[in-house]
Amino acid sequence: MSELWNWGFVLEILPRLLGGLVVTVEATLVGFILAVVLGLFLALGRRSENPWISQPIGAIVEFIRSTPLLVQLFFFFFVLPRYGIRLPAFLVGTVALGLHYGTYTSEVYRAGIDAVDRGQWEAATALNFSPLRVWTGIILPQAIPPMYPALGNYLIGMFKESAQLLAITVTELMLTARVIGTETFRFLEPITMAGLLYFLISYPSALLVQRLEARYARRS
Amino acid sequence: MHADHNQNSAVDPIIRFEKVTKIFGDLTVLRELDFEVGPQEKVTIVGPSGSGKTTILRVLMTLEKPNNGVIWVDGDPLWHEKKDGKLVEAKEKHLRKVRGKIGMVFQHFYLFPHMTALRNVTEAPIHVLKMPKGDAEERAKELLNKVGLSDKFEHYPSQLSGGQKQRVAIARALAMRPKVMLFDEVTSALDPELVGEVLNVIRELAEEGDMAMLLVTHEMGFAREVSDRVVFFDKGQVVEQGPPADIFDNPQSERTKTFFSAILRH
Repeated sequence: MSELWNWGFVLEILPRLLGGLVVTVEATLVGFILAVVLGLFLALGRRSENPWISQPIGAIVEFIRSTPLLVQLFFFFFVLPRYGIRLPAFLVGTVALGLHYGTYTSEVYRAGIDAVDRGQWEAATALNFSPLRVWTGIILPQAIPPMYPALGNYLIGMFKESAQLLAITVTELMLTARVIGTETFRFLEPITMAGLLYFLISYPSALLVQRLEARYARRS
Repeated sequence: MHADHNQNSAVDPIIRFEKVTKIFGDLTVLRELDFEVGPQEKVTIVGPSGSGKTTILRVLMTLEKPNNGVIWVDGDPLWHEKKDGKLVEAKEKHLRKVRGKIGMVFQHFYLFPHMTALRNVTEAPIHVLKMPKGDAEERAKELLNKVGLSDKFEHYPSQLSGGQKQRVAIARALAMRPKVMLFDEVTSALDPELVGEVLNVIRELAEEGDMAMLLVTHEMGFAREVSDRVVFFDKGQVVEQGPPADIFDNPQSERTKTFFSAILRH
């Protein structure tokens, strides 16, 4: 049986799809905030002069970066409950997303921090700033703005990859579309509309990031 | 031990190197160096490039750690702290205490590019000396006036010429009221026409006299003019030192003679 596009059906399912989109956006934003904060601490940890800190953090970062997001999702969602740690699906999803992308953003921080001129550290030492103030007042304010395009690209990547949260029953946009499909035996409209909704957010965001990139390229 | 050492001198030196050695890989840059600077003394270090002149300033500013020896700053060991009568390796807290007496101006300025000229000068007084913001700004404006930049308070480093940047850097270092100021080839990165404005500021500081100054420079005319003492430094050691006239006009050692005849030929 072939399906023909049905606008009435689209209008009928749109509110549910938008509800799913809200969950997708929420998971992405919470995950992104986690990734940005975690990435900073992972990057700083890896720079630590203490090998008992830098080595384990380096190993964790490399492991997570080299394995699929699904492994982390399944580990937290299916393995941890066996040891009595049972967490809500949305929480697991955002934490796994944040952790996974935190290992990517930590590399962005690393590159950003390395790009700050060595002389800035020397001037900061000569002026006797505390180590905390050197980071917060001098190094990070220079390291972070050039990172915006790379972070923006990861944000868009997270937005799309958050679809994988359906595997642990988070009713984000993709799972919502699939559920509608299985309930109504019509997949054409829900899946197409889901794709369209992803596109309507991803594409303009990508253009924005491109403009940011051009701005920083001009500056340097 | 420190007091004994100085029994015969009228005033204690503000800086003293005792058998300080610094090694980079296979290269010994400072070789059991003994060296002193008196309070308010203006000392210029000259010598061939790669002779370790800049390293003297860098170990003083705690940017490089010496391999051996002791450096004293105003009576305190710089890289060591006293513990049970012995000198042990200093912790960051001790370094911060002693380092505060020293200021440094760099060849490449190293201004903070994300701050205006004014904020470059107020940042350390506010956050390190805990000076109230208003006082720090007032003082910063005085200092920027002094280096001839009263119209550049709100300019960012990228909007300034090399000579202007270096003058902001001098004001920034002065704002911390150091007892010793280190000048590391501060005109070497400047276009020739901008060298004068920076040297004028340093000359003025030398004339005021309160601060000890230790300069590494290739501007021999300037060195002669502002220095109480010129130190000819080569291969990690002081070869010869004395009043500028003696060193420039009547050098004793062969190495010094060769060096000056080589640079004067140009």
